[in-house]
Amino acid sequence: MINKKLDRKADIQILDGNHAAALGAKLSRVQVIAAYPITPQSPVTESLSEFVEGGDLHAEYIAVESEHSAMAVCTSASLVGARTFTATSSHGLAYMHEMLHWVAGTRLPVVLACVNRAIGAPWNVQNDQQDSISQRDTGWIQIYARNNQEILDSVIQAYKIAESVYVPVMVCYDGYILSHTEMPVDVPSQGDVDRFLPPYKPHAILDPANPRNYNLVTLANPRVNADGILCHGYMEIRYLLQEALQKSRETIINVGQEFGKLFARSYANMFWEDRLDDAEIVIVAMGSLAMEATVAVDMLREEGHRVGVLSLRVFRPFPKDYLIEALSKARLIVVFDKNISYGSEGATCSEIKSALYGNRINAVIRNFIVGLGGRDVKAREIADAVRKSLPSLEEGGPNIEYPEWICHM
Amino acid sequence: MRKVYTRPRLLKKVPFHYCPGCGHSIIHRLMTELIDEMHLEDRIIGIPPPGCSVFAYHYFDVDMAESAHGRGAAVATGIKRAFPEAIVFTYQGDGDLAAIGTAETIHAANRGERITAIFINNAVYGMTGGQMAPTTLSQQVTTTTPYGRDTGIEGYPIKMSEIVALVKGAVYIERTAVNSPANIRKTKKAIRKGFQAQIDNLGFSLIEILSPCPTNWRMNPLESWQWIDNEMIKEFPLGVIKDITGKTDAD
Repeated sequence: MINKKLDRKADIQILDGNHAAALGAKLSRVQVIAAYPITPQSPVTESLSEFVEGGDLHAEYIAVESEHSAMAVCTSASLVGARTFTATSSHGLAYMHEMLHWVAGTRLPVVLACVNRAIGAPWNVQNDQQDSISQRDTGWIQIYARNNQEILDSVIQAYKIAESVYVPVMVCYDGYILSHTEMPVDVPSQGDVDRFLPPYKPHAILDPANPRNYNLVTLANPRVNADGILCHGYMEIRYLLQEALQKSRETIINVGQEFGKLFARSYANMFWEDRLDDAEIVIVAMGSLAMEATVAVDMLREEGHRVGVLSLRVFRPFPKDYLIEALSKARLIVVFDKNISYGSEGATCSEIKSALYGNRINAVIRNFIVGLGGRDVKAREIADAVRKSLPSLEEGGPNIEYPEWICHM
Repeated sequence: MRKVYTRPRLLKKVPFHYCPGCGHSIIHRLMTELIDEMHLEDRIIGIPPPGCSVFAYHYFDVDMAESAHGRGAAVATGIKRAFPEAIVFTYQGDGDLAAIGTAETIHAANRGERITAIFINNAVYGMTGGQMAPTTLSQQVTTTTPYGRDTGIEGYPIKMSEIVALVKGAVYIERTAVNSPANIRKTKKAIRKGFQAQIDNLGFSLIEILSPCPTNWRMNPLESWQWIDNEMIKEFPLGVIKDITGKTDAD
């Protein structure tokens, strides 16, 4: 459904993921950008500096000396009411770790593009999702894109979400597979994005005319401050952040629906479904891997297996309740993770298991660790893993140690 | 016939992956020659950085442990303190030592760590594709300063060697270049003095080497050698910046 009020019907550009992210930030009229180059994110910084220096984007671009400083700059710029953006990958995100907590704890609507890359040691610049998964407990919303259109759309939506619930948002997309791969992207007009995303109106900012203090020393228990007002203790502030993440599910869906109405690309759910209606076998994947999984489903359907794909779009907050219905008919769930929680299993697998607990879904769950450090994951390998899992439909879970790895070990 | 020149024994017999005209190949050669000449082979441990020279271990036939972005001087400190007999060097670019690794460098120098930093300055972030580094010259065009570095908002080329020279624990600091046979010879002498300061247990040494990056400078190798002479040296003058080793010339 194309809204008649739109400026134009379509402006298809051939963009790689990094330029889609940069364009998303530009269309969101970001006001402060602070970044440090790192492979494979660097072209994002190059595009944005070109926009700024060429006068196409009225923003401050700060070429800081490290990612830690990049996020510190975003934090304080956001605190005085600016819409802020940064992008990073891998070691850069890890180096930001302290400030990621700081931003979420201060409840600032910073948006970060994470170009997913493996983390060292050993050195590797190629793709997996260990970097952003390692930051899942920092209090950020995490959105994963399957393709470059979703990168651009998600950055724009991220500001609307972040500025509604005062929780920062990380838009994650696979290094090289998306960041350096060009594909057609429908680029919305500035006017339409302005209609969707009004200027940022901060709920509280640093303003010398009206002094406030932020990020105070906060003890375990509530205490009276210098003005005699009873203030939250540390636990209450943590509770409120958790509440904000939990409640953000509704906002994420509403923003996705609204985006769909305006741009005819709906993001009305926190995950994507592909042929789940009659599926007794469900492949779970996140990011570009989900696109590969749809090809595997084509192959498996031809063999007569009733298979579908559930692709996680939002990892934090995890859409537990929403998943139950989608998985209610599943008898076998095969989860592919491009990350590993050492000593346990893939992170999305743990989440799926946790979501199913107590919901009378008697599906067998198998977990495959794939694609670490840029190891290619072919549709054929996904299909093979599903075929290998088929006996579980009759025999229940395999009597082997979880998870299984698709590698030469 | 007397053989006067040969491939350094400690340079592995593999082709360099570096771009034509890149300074790393020259510096790798100088360093492996020196390690051999100074009989450091059994004591030397190198800390290569992230960046193009992340592959230094592929060429140096000596012990090496990679460090994460900017951590070189701290990593070298750990090795040196636990293994003081070792001769420890970091090999770092300007996007590393002069940016994300500034704090580590200054504080290792201030502690007078007996380590030697080999600091390759090419005025850009090389491996990531030529973005502006803290060392980028005023008005220099890079991929993140497409209209030239505007010092009013993007800062000035940072002079790490002069900054580190202010720190008491630093004992030998020299800036050289590898853009002419004469400068290459001076560079070798400087690295020798840096290693000697460490061997003599005197303190922190740093050798800054202006090094061509024809690919990211969008020049041919000859032009990039000239650019060092005509532009870079004006901002980063060559010579000994600090020497409190009390030694005369190593030659």
